[in-house]
Amino acid sequence: NNQINIILIRDSSSNLGDVVVIGYGSVDKKDVTGAIATISTKDFQKGSITSFDQMIAGKAPGISITSNGGHPGSGSTIRIRGLSSLSAGQDPLQVVDGAPFSGYVNPNDIESVTILKDAASAAIYGSRASGGVILITTKKGRLGQTKVNFNNQFSLSQVKDYVDVLTADQFRDFVNSSSFFNEEAKSLMGTANTNWQKEIYRTAVTSNNNISLSGGIGKIPYRLSVGYLNQAGILKTDNMGRTTGSLSLTPTLWQNHLKITLNLNGSVTRNRNANQGAIGAAIAFDPTQSVYDGTDHTFGNYYEWVRADGTPNPLAAFNPVSMLSQRTDISHYNRGFGNINVDYSLHFLPDLHVSANLGFDVGNSTGTTKEQPTSRNTYNLQSSTVYKGLNNQYSSDFNNYFAEYMLNYKKDITSIKSNINAILLYGYYDDRSVTDNYASYDYFNREIPNSQPKYPDSLKQNTLISYVGRLIYTYDNKYTLTASLRRDGSSKFAPDTRWGWFPSVALGWNLKKEGWFGDASALSSLKLRGSYGITGNQSGIDNYRFIPTYYLSDNVSNYQFGDNFYSMYTPSSYDESLKWEKTASANIGLDFGFFDQRIFGSVDVYNKHTTDLLAVVNIPAGTNFTNQLLTNIGSMTSKGAELNLGFVPVRSNDVEWTVNLNAAYNNSKITKLLANADSSFKGQPVGGIEGATGQTIQIQNMQQEPNAFLVYKQVYDANGKPIEGAYEDLNGDGQINPYDDQYSYKSPWPKWVLGFSTNLRYKKWNFSTTLRANIGNYMYNNIASNQGIAYNMSVNQYLANAVTDVLYTRFINKQQQSDYYVQNASFLKMDNIGITYNVGQVLKYKNTDLSLSAHVQNVLCITKYDGLDPEIYGGIDQNIYPNPRVYTIGLNLNF
Amino acid sequence: KKLDRMPINTTSNTDVFSTIDGTKQALAKVYGAFALTGSSGSGSSDLGGIDAGTSDFLRLYWNAQELPTDEALCAWGDPGIPDLNEISWTSGNLLLNGLYNRCIYQITVANSFIRETENVPASFSDEDKENLTHFRAEARFVRAYQYWVLMDLFGNPPFTDENSKIGKIAPPQIKRADLFTYIESELKAIEPDLVAPKQNEYGRADQAADWALLARLYLNAAVYTGTDHYTDAITYSEKVINSGYSLDTHYNDLFLADNNVNNPETILSINYDGNETQNYGGTTFLVNACIDGSTGDGPDAYGVPAGGWGGIRARSPLPKLFGDDYTASKDKRAALMLGTEYDITNTTTFAEGVKVIKFRNTNSDGSLPANASTFVSTDFPLFRLAEQYLIYAEAVLRGGTGGDKATAISYINKLRERAYGNTSGNVANITLPFILDERARELYYEGFRRTDLIRFGEFTGSAYIWPWKGGIKDGTSVADKYNLFPIPASDVAANPDNLTQNPGYGN
Repeated sequence: NNQINIILIRDSSSNLGDVVVIGYGSVDKKDVTGAIATISTKDFQKGSITSFDQMIAGKAPGISITSNGGHPGSGSTIRIRGLSSLSAGQDPLQVVDGAPFSGYVNPNDIESVTILKDAASAAIYGSRASGGVILITTKKGRLGQTKVNFNNQFSLSQVKDYVDVLTADQFRDFVNSSSFFNEEAKSLMGTANTNWQKEIYRTAVTSNNNISLSGGIGKIPYRLSVGYLNQAGILKTDNMGRTTGSLSLTPTLWQNHLKITLNLNGSVTRNRNANQGAIGAAIAFDPTQSVYDGTDHTFGNYYEWVRADGTPNPLAAFNPVSMLSQRTDISHYNRGFGNINVDYSLHFLPDLHVSANLGFDVGNSTGTTKEQPTSRNTYNLQSSTVYKGLNNQYSSDFNNYFAEYMLNYKKDITSIKSNINAILLYGYYDDRSVTDNYASYDYFNREIPNSQPKYPDSLKQNTLISYVGRLIYTYDNKYTLTASLRRDGSSKFAPDTRWGWFPSVALGWNLKKEGWFGDASALSSLKLRGSYGITGNQSGIDNYRFIPTYYLSDNVSNYQFGDNFYSMYTPSSYDESLKWEKTASANIGLDFGFFDQRIFGSVDVYNKHTTDLLAVVNIPAGTNFTNQLLTNIGSMTSKGAELNLGFVPVRSNDVEWTVNLNAAYNNSKITKLLANADSSFKGQPVGGIEGATGQTIQIQNMQQEPNAFLVYKQVYDANGKPIEGAYEDLNGDGQINPYDDQYSYKSPWPKWVLGFSTNLRYKKWNFSTTLRANIGNYMYNNIASNQGIAYNMSVNQYLANAVTDVLYTRFINKQQQSDYYVQNASFLKMDNIGITYNVGQVLKYKNTDLSLSAHVQNVLCITKYDGLDPEIYGGIDQNIYPNPRVYTIGLNLNF
Repeated sequence: KKLDRMPINTTSNTDVFSTIDGTKQALAKVYGAFALTGSSGSGSSDLGGIDAGTSDFLRLYWNAQELPTDEALCAWGDPGIPDLNEISWTSGNLLLNGLYNRCIYQITVANSFIRETENVPASFSDEDKENLTHFRAEARFVRAYQYWVLMDLFGNPPFTDENSKIGKIAPPQIKRADLFTYIESELKAIEPDLVAPKQNEYGRADQAADWALLARLYLNAAVYTGTDHYTDAITYSEKVINSGYSLDTHYNDLFLADNNVNNPETILSINYDGNETQNYGGTTFLVNACIDGSTGDGPDAYGVPAGGWGGIRARSPLPKLFGDDYTASKDKRAALMLGTEYDITNTTTFAEGVKVIKFRNTNSDGSLPANASTFVSTDFPLFRLAEQYLIYAEAVLRGGTGGDKATAISYINKLRERAYGNTSGNVANITLPFILDERARELYYEGFRRTDLIRFGEFTGSAYIWPWKGGIKDGTSVADKYNLFPIPASDVAANPDNLTQNPGYGN
């Protein structure tokens, strides 16, 4: 057998094969009635894993994980079953060991990740569950001999690819050969050959060290772990150092009547944040100029664009290398969270449990941003002759806590073949955050005039109160009914609208147990599930949005009457009737297994319908203190199907081969986006793009996918080249008008999300790989649309680089609304490939177990998309921090 | 009750309006919405869907009034700008959308000020009550001004007043002629409640501002309603002229950073300050957009050492109003221009075209305001005496009664005597075409040109062709629909039951 897996399972608190964690408890796998995915240790993605989302990418259908870029600690955007909202938050609720906190958990401490996908499973979390729920269970200790695990990884990260910009020679050829450029432009060209992207990136080193101890202190099972991650970013000067600690104590007292679970997690992070503006600057900076300027030290020896009179050119891009090296932005982030759960099974009625679950989540972050006095970036913040550079502080902290009190009655009534599991719960959740406001200082610590903030800090607080009830009833191990009801009240809404009901009902039918298939059948399990539930959403809504208020303008926004300047009392926009977004969702699923579970899987179909949809929309001018407002305005649906399949083609002593395939289809559509349906409604523009102030490329409109691209239809010449400024006159009125001649073309959301994982063990060798594919997703190439033109290359006494697309299109002016820039971004990615060798016993020490591994992440990407990465959340490709390819070697030692 | 969480750092309307000081700070926002994009620094905006730095009133208004005319051309390719340069805008134009929403935003703020101050707090002294009366009249003046802008540019905007509830109820549309009547009645109704001419604090409207707007309204009445009001224009411009204002001896001082000090001519201004009132529009835009690093003596010389965005310069007809070689003109108003490259062959090349450096961030003694960098301290005149002289003269020529031509000529010669420094530029007779030219010589780059050309019937069609009119270097005729801007498509979409698009425009 696979020795590693056995050890990990022995460490577990619950046997994963039989018990599934659900909201507020766990149930036998056979009693599961909703759409739930569980991914446990042996299935996690491996390699240089720095957060839990990387471990589960591609591992279960309907869970889409999109990296936020390669910046250390930047995480991912997680979406479960497509979209459920337009403008409200859609992140799933994260619950760690029963505590609803989004704090960082060291992946080495995680035993399993469970995702509640359908509303019936998630509705128990009520108003925070529309984006789905992710339950993280951490590893726990067991009584017995102390076990030590030591895990060490060393990684190298490298840039995979650069944005295709003109080389210095291409640049010179283009400027010299195009009639667009005048003599001044030609005279400004330098003689250097600088690849600015190469200048800002590097090969970065990451080390990740973890040690854990588990066992018992007397009768108290414990697990203690400490981790240290030092991750350098591929962008020069980017670095993160994070120390994490976690402790769990799980004593059981009074002949198992009293169970206490204590979980504590802490992290201390120090970041040096590189100026990510350098990424865009490196694409835009003229390649014919050199990094350094030997003659002038105004900008710390770096070349910058100056005008004829010697003053810095305010419109030109800044030297990207200087942007990195002349800024020091260091932040410290401390966070601690944990909870204690006390569960008492009454002595006189042991089937009834009374429990209290109390938790806290506190954190603070402080930091300083310094810019050298010679930094071009801050050269013209204030008068160049007085204030130079920057030395600014920032800090904030937050303090969240919750208390939940629960009654749980569990009873097997064998006489009527029934099992009852019922809970009643009261919960109180309070989130409070404070951001401190500071004046600005120059590098020499001189206060910049009028930068004193009007308010010393800003505090935000919101509170949620909940009442929950649930019954799980199982009859004859064949039929399971789950029904739950939650009532949530939120301080984010006015008294009339703040309470909401969130019910759910689900049925499970274990068909295998009906005996229809006989005993000898190849069918080893078969279960039908059906569920319906309503979840709510309030995230993404600012606190206090329903209250009419006035605030004072800050010190640079005063208005003069007479000789005095008055701070202005400004009315805020508000919506008195703001309320919950509600998502109703139905799910039908079938779980099956054949040949003693050598082939197993599940199929689910679902239909989600969101009403009172929150969207930022143009409101009729004159109705509020703004022209765009977040309000409950529409509805949308998502329909989809999911398939999960597992195979074990080979299983023997020496060889085991497992394969997992998953596929999810989703189609989301906006069904309403207007208080009064009107055919003349053109939709709500969204998706701001770079290179055009206030311009957008996407549209939210009825009967369309969310964020569909709204573009003109490009006209091409006989050779298939786009003709500048030529678009199809779609309504045939002889003019090219917005809306009238634009059409909705594709969307950023994939129709299909596919995952494939396989694991092959041969004796002591273990080989694994994970692949993912998205199909049907489109991307707007904003880098090409903004920088693939000649116009930007020479303006006002400076030159700027362009992407090589300009050599093909020969566009002079921006054609940002052209469908030419909306490209198919379907892709197949190999996320991970790796090999592990289990050395086993080290020398003569019997209780030791050592394994060595080597992994590569971001191995390959097959796509037709022209930009750097086809996978960018939201479908607008701007200057992303590239995800590096990572080579990792690791050592894992147990004793 | 644990769910009743209240914000800190904000105040309820009851608190704001319970004291006269709080009320005055709320009035500061009614006016400040002219000058600032938002209340939290130059990066903040009261509006969405437009870049914050572009979302102030003056920058947008100026672009709409000047770029489509023979006075100015902007080199930038930012969305919306080429359409204005070439008179080819659509209902999707971002800058027009921003301007429309900015005007209506300021009206909404004024509406709420008027509504909130309806009941006078019992604690107010007699002096407080008198001040409150003035405040309320001024808020109504600001609202009337913005309705005038909407009427002049967009014709038929949505209408709200102090009785309109904040929420989501869609306002009805008002017809141009009805809006004219409303503005006229408002300006007349508030007249007794406003402070007498020159008696109010700097930066606040008085009766002279009220009369000045009435005079402007009446001069253009035929455009708005089809019925002329030249006699009324004479009546009200004369009231302004006789209310104690006088021409500033030095024309160029009107456009400098210390133009808030000892300025006898400006009746009402939008006030800016490089330190206290910062934004990227307003006069900061007017100074920076008109120069770049190679203009004249460089950005330092114009008070913006860190600025100079190189965008806007004159089309050739403007300098030529001062003679074929304007540099030889004795008219000092021409001395605020620079360069002799009249022709613009490529709209995107800032180097081409005569530069206009009318607004500067320097003081009248040549010094720079404290901490001069990018932001400008120069105030922008919304109303100044010179315009009233020109209104009087034009209304007389157009047949208004109550004035006479001799007085009209004497008013014009006052402007010309200041321009020439002596009587050498004086005229013996005036005609309507002369008035149009004289208005351009006196008021160029102050946001009048589009309205003036429309009043003279020369904006659209082929009566007058100037370079790049209609997007062609030598100019071409444009359709008459361009005399009105379109209602922004986004608002027609948001308020479809009430809003009808102006003729000739698609949504």
